[in-house]
Amino acid sequence: MDWSILQQYGPGLLSGFGNTILCWFLGTIFSMALGLVIALVQRYGSRWVGRIIQVYIEIIRGTPFLVQLFVLYYGGPLVGLRLDALPAGLLGLTIYGSPYFAEIFRSGFRAVSVGQIEAARAIGMSEPSIVRRILLPLGLVSSLPALVNFSIILTKETVILSIITVPELMYQVQRMSTETFRYLEANLVLALFFWALVETISNVGRWLEARVTKHLIERT
Amino acid sequence: MFSISVFLESFGPLFWAARYTLLISVLGIGLGLVIGTLVCAARLSPYAWLRRSAMLWVSFLRGVPLLVQLLVFYYTLPVIGLDVPAMVAAVVTVGICASAYISEIWRGAIAALPRGQAEAAIAIGMTPRDIWTRVILPQAFNLSLPALINELILLVKASSLVSVVGILEITRASQAQAATTFRPLEVYIAAACIYLAINLCLAVLGRYLEHRTAI
Repeated sequence: MDWSILQQYGPGLLSGFGNTILCWFLGTIFSMALGLVIALVQRYGSRWVGRIIQVYIEIIRGTPFLVQLFVLYYGGPLVGLRLDALPAGLLGLTIYGSPYFAEIFRSGFRAVSVGQIEAARAIGMSEPSIVRRILLPLGLVSSLPALVNFSIILTKETVILSIITVPELMYQVQRMSTETFRYLEANLVLALFFWALVETISNVGRWLEARVTKHLIERT
Repeated sequence: MFSISVFLESFGPLFWAARYTLLISVLGIGLGLVIGTLVCAARLSPYAWLRRSAMLWVSFLRGVPLLVQLLVFYYTLPVIGLDVPAMVAAVVTVGICASAYISEIWRGAIAALPRGQAEAAIAIGMTPRDIWTRVILPQAFNLSLPALINELILLVKASSLVSVVGILEITRASQAQAATTFRPLEVYIAAACIYLAINLCLAVLGRYLEHRTAI
């Protein structure tokens, strides 16, 4: 085993790391936002809109992320959607993640007791302010563990972006290993890196969860 | 624009390749069940070192992307002197990865059984082995069936990644098809349709099993 190669390819790896974090962070934020919109539309929109959204959810959840990326990146130009690899990857992550986040939010909203919302209506709160002051805060707290969990899954999905040539960490590592023939070392380091990253995110998630639910535990 | 005839024509080779997708997923979940059961047993064992190594196993496999696992495994084999076909390497990797998730499914199902069951079995004098094979495991298996079907759906989707090591399953076949027809949009949408059909069937099966095992 020869680890000195890592120094030589440092800058490339560093930029790959930056892109991985960027893809993960923006991908999570965008797909969470889209998921929230979907969940709210499903809750308050008409039945037909809800059905169309349900079909969207089934399609995205029933197909592999890789195939979705292929449709978007290689098939997109045929219908006039020309994107560079990185924006295509981000759009792909957003589309891929949104139905999962929507389902998480939906069950989070369902966990908000009906009594709270009825009480809010009874004291004359408007529907938007019920969403803003009752549904969102309570629903978000109960869906926090699942949100953290899915954002961890998204971390791992970012490596698939390397297949459509997004220059993230996996892509850089593959490039490095084809130039140096150090496939095993490179991939092992990558594996350890992701292990550490996922453990870190899940620890932060646990800490966040403990903080946000502190008031619930103290009172019961 | 979207050409219906190219779209329909690409189903032929993709259906043929779908057999490999199904083969990898089914063998993968079979292997995952075997290893996952052992890992779960290790996690519930009285020995601390066994429990700790099982925890490490699960945490590593759940923390590392499947694509990376696949490449690590693929490149490790020649180093340790094993020359196996890519197909075997793919099934083994998918199975090992699934074992981590399946062991957690098992653990959850066993934890969900009422304690009274095991206690009653002890009270009527059953041996520990009988308690596991006749009381706990059959019930845990029934409880975990919907989750296992769900895992199989995940594996069908994850098997698209083995196209990277050159196995001609749906994704790889659609890449080849897209390269020859120059119509990636139609071909990849056709591939997505096949995945969707497989997974919808599995989801219906899962819902049926959930309904049947609900008490």
